[in-house]
Amino acid sequence: MKISKNAQAGSLESCDILITVEPAKPGTGIEIKLTSPSIKQFGEMIREEIKEVVQRLEVTDVKITAIDKGSLGYCIKARTETALRRASGE
Amino acid sequence: MSKQKNDITKKKDERLRRTRLYIPGNNPAMMQNAMIYGADSLIFDLEDSIAINEKDAARFLVRNALQTLDFGEVEVTVRINPIETKYFSKDIAEIIPAKPDGILLPKTESLDDILLVDKEITRIEKEHKLKVGKIRIMPIIESAIGVLNVEEIATGPRVAAIGLGGEDLTADIGAVRTRNGKELEYISSRIILACAANKIQAIDTVFADINDLEGLYNVTVEAIEMGFQGKSIIHPSQIETVHKAFMPSKEEITKAEKIVKAYKESIKKGRGAITVDGKMIDVPVVIRAEQILKRAKAE
Repeated sequence: MKISKNAQAGSLESCDILITVEPAKPGTGIEIKLTSPSIKQFGEMIREEIKEVVQRLEVTDVKITAIDKGSLGYCIKARTETALRRASGE
Repeated sequence: MSKQKNDITKKKDERLRRTRLYIPGNNPAMMQNAMIYGADSLIFDLEDSIAINEKDAARFLVRNALQTLDFGEVEVTVRINPIETKYFSKDIAEIIPAKPDGILLPKTESLDDILLVDKEITRIEKEHKLKVGKIRIMPIIESAIGVLNVEEIATGPRVAAIGLGGEDLTADIGAVRTRNGKELEYISSRIILACAANKIQAIDTVFADINDLEGLYNVTVEAIEMGFQGKSIIHPSQIETVHKAFMPSKEEITKAEKIVKAYKESIKKGRGAITVDGKMIDVPVVIRAEQILKRAKAE
């Protein structure tokens, strides 16, 4: 999947996460900037959830900004997938 | 007239659906807490409560919730978008592999609608090597034409319960939506009859005023008296009131227990007709008594 434009999914409501996706130059890789109230405890886990979806959708170069509001894995993955698909123009 | 099923062996779907709670499919906070509210059935909504530009987000969120969250014994269903919309195929494609208990089909108008959805579900079930036929279809009747075809719709494959969509229906027939719902009496009776004839459940429409619990209680009691077996609700605060309305009185429970006990004894002793408190008891009376005890037990 090719990321061709900026896109967003999710919200800043409790239990949600706001994912913003931007195209990146080839070779940049997957860049994730994360903000979360529980970054110490769950930061790595959230990054992994995001990365799993990015890899499943075969996106190689992308910039992702994630603002977490206490979301669970199913939500993180859904919001990431939605943002990526929107950014690919699907 | 349709190919009316007179198959008396068709097993009745006994699942309790006193309350079917609508949860907006794009609200993770409500979705992940949904099972603790105590509704018999949950409806994750992809239709009316979801803005057009969020249909994709809700679809993925509901799919992931179905795949990941534990809802215990609660029935989990999804209201997809109507067949004629561009979202229908995408909804079905994402939701069916996540194995919901049922699919609510809004604006169902004919048996052909059910056959089309059944065909699509079957195709996806086979594609994903799922057990064919497990996912139920729950049509919602929301138009005059849907009401006129409800006898056929009720015979459709996978159909387990039919819901009445009072708001859209009232608008479609040009009636005024009143607090006591008299404009829906004939329609309700027709849906209840169609369901009863096919051994499936009829579910009453929502009561929109979430602050009026007394009104909710009264309309629910009336709905139960008519033959509805459940009510759609829009807020967790409505659950307790609806369940209270479904709860039989102590007198009803005592009488039902007597009837069932007497019936079981008569079977054991090979007797025919029996009486309880001077009244003759036959099979329909026993069935009603069993239904009362089941509702009582649910509490």
